[in-house]
Amino acid sequence: MSKNILPLALGAAMGIVASAAAAQAGTLDDVKAKGFIQCGVSQGLPGFSNPDAQGNWTGLDVDLCRAVSAAVFGTPDNVKYSPLSAKERFTALQSGEIDILSRNTTWTLSRDTSLGLNFAGVNYYDGQGFMVRKDLGVASALELSGASVCTQTGTTTELNIADYFRSNNMPYEVVAFEKLEEVVKAYDAGRCDVFSNDASGLYATRLTLTNPGDHIVLPEIISKEPLGPVVRHGDDQWFDVVKWTHNAMLNAEELGVTSANVEEMKSSDNPEVKRLLGVEGAFGEMLGLPNDWVVAIVKNVGNYGESFDRNVGPNTPLAISRGLNALWKDGGIQYAAPIR
Amino acid sequence: MTTRDKGVAQPEARSSLINDPQVRAVFFQVLLVAVVAFVGYVIVSNTIANLQRQNIASGYGFLSNIAGFGISLTLIDYAETSSYGTAILVGLLNTILVAVVGIVCASTLGFLIGVARLSKNWVISRLAYCYVEAIRNVPLLLQIVFWYFLLLNAVPNARNSLEFGGSLFLNNRGFFLPKPVFGDGAELAFWGLILSVVASIAVKVWAKKRQMSTGQQFPVGLTALGLIVLVPLLCLAVAGFPVTFDYPALKGFNFTGGQRVIPELIALVTALSIYTSAFIAEIVRAGIQAVSHGQTEAAHALGLRHGPTLRLVIIPQAMRVIIPPLTSQYLNLTKNSSLAVAIAFPDLVSLGGTVLNQTGQAIEVISIWMLVYLSLSLITSAFMNWYNQKMALVER
Repeated sequence: MSKNILPLALGAAMGIVASAAAAQAGTLDDVKAKGFIQCGVSQGLPGFSNPDAQGNWTGLDVDLCRAVSAAVFGTPDNVKYSPLSAKERFTALQSGEIDILSRNTTWTLSRDTSLGLNFAGVNYYDGQGFMVRKDLGVASALELSGASVCTQTGTTTELNIADYFRSNNMPYEVVAFEKLEEVVKAYDAGRCDVFSNDASGLYATRLTLTNPGDHIVLPEIISKEPLGPVVRHGDDQWFDVVKWTHNAMLNAEELGVTSANVEEMKSSDNPEVKRLLGVEGAFGEMLGLPNDWVVAIVKNVGNYGESFDRNVGPNTPLAISRGLNALWKDGGIQYAAPIR
Repeated sequence: MTTRDKGVAQPEARSSLINDPQVRAVFFQVLLVAVVAFVGYVIVSNTIANLQRQNIASGYGFLSNIAGFGISLTLIDYAETSSYGTAILVGLLNTILVAVVGIVCASTLGFLIGVARLSKNWVISRLAYCYVEAIRNVPLLLQIVFWYFLLLNAVPNARNSLEFGGSLFLNNRGFFLPKPVFGDGAELAFWGLILSVVASIAVKVWAKKRQMSTGQQFPVGLTALGLIVLVPLLCLAVAGFPVTFDYPALKGFNFTGGQRVIPELIALVTALSIYTSAFIAEIVRAGIQAVSHGQTEAAHALGLRHGPTLRLVIIPQAMRVIIPPLTSQYLNLTKNSSLAVAIAFPDLVSLGGTVLNQTGQAIEVISIWMLVYLSLSLITSAFMNWYNQKMALVER
């Protein structure tokens, strides 16, 4: 394992040294010149970023990278993926190894500032929860006093557990692994009573356990986990591209533009739709993109709702309802700034 | 060469500095130093410039910030409100714990296997041979993961713990044993222990002196053992046995009370000890075989039995061959302990990694790692060099 981190971290240190000239050019130009987007994803989290049976990456986070590719190149397939551990992810982005980090990453103040990063929005509102074995007979997280908790190192999860147990005066033991896969194996083997992660991650990993039916997710959500794509600080143009790609997907859903009807919607009378699809105005050009950027995104990847339903929605094994992630007009908090 | 050239080649040498070997040597050395210094300067200045440009905070100030995460094994006081610096110190101590326990176990096991390998008993020597070949040819990381998941899967859970004598418990949360709690007067036993150690050393010095002058031997080992066991016990008896034991008991999810050894530590020390012992066994075998057979025959001719021959004649000579490669095995074990990160043992690399990720101070944390491992290795090798000098052939 240490073999994984050290070269990467060292490489990152080198990368910080070497990227002096490269990063000056602006990521959008770099990406256009090299012809693909290097996208940092997880090492396998079903529904968010996970390779399917054919080895293609799929998931909500992957769709965001594909959407950016569609916006820049007109095709969603000009993306190369770098699977990263929680620990490696920021260094990889800082050093220029990847162009976007789209890896269920929580937006926090310290990451936004001292790490030299920018969060380009929230593509999934999550919260941290606990999973336990049913036979423990635990119904609430407040009954977990004295429990061993398995989690991943270097995540906000680790800090939230400490806060939660401390503020409720409960002793606990944290067993922190480097990789999610190892956390799951250890929890499955009975090293811990509790597995803690973002709630979406709990549902996703429960599917991979030996007997998914033997485990329950406790009702408490102990933290706010706004997950979103991250880019390097100091490159506003690229930041805008990623931010507006996400906004465009939300706006498309709000205006009823789907992958099926995007061509017909071009002739819509609604001025908002016209602006969105580049029929009116030159909004794509303002971003340094082709004017039909949203058409490419929606046609190839779909709007936010389509992406959600395809990857994590009620008809997928994860069966997550929209909840907080519904559009603002449907009672959720997904709200995009207008394109005008 | 210079003396010969003096008369004949002097005018030529003056005409061309390029051909002057001394000038050349100095020139290339200066050039090398300049290149190294320049590369160093470029790396440092570029790094600083890039860190500033990317708005990444740098410096070691973060070490005093609050860590906020929990650690499963701490040898010093640590809470979530402690600083990152304390967390790294906890990691360092855990690494040292693994290294020290690992070195002791690996050496003991390695010496036994190494001697067994030379046994005249065919079964024993073949078994030792198989052990060495099997262990040293399987990657260490696999062995660590193997022992860890063996421990987690083969050992029952907390509610069905294996029980030994009602006070020792083994389950997949660790090994639980009673912890002695010392009451008033127990410090008497501590002083007694120190006294008995000092007395044992004095006896040893005296016995050696007496043997040198009269040839008479004295059972130093037995006397020391007796002193070290009996004196503290006597002190405790005088104080009225102020020692109680805190027994582990199943409470809630897990055992509480007593002393707990976490499974990560057990798996890591087991894997490191077994792996390194295979290498040490080969070193020991090589060392013993390096002592010529004539030494054994000479010792036997003097009337020494097999045991004393090995202890007094063969091993001291073999040690000279054994110590240098043994040192490098000890260094390997210490550095290999960083593989702990695979099984969630909170060692220096694992905790440093957490700190790195929480703070983003990659360069600083990596520099701490490198400095610490370098220091640990230098200390180990300084000690072993001292020991080697002590054991080296004293020439008169």
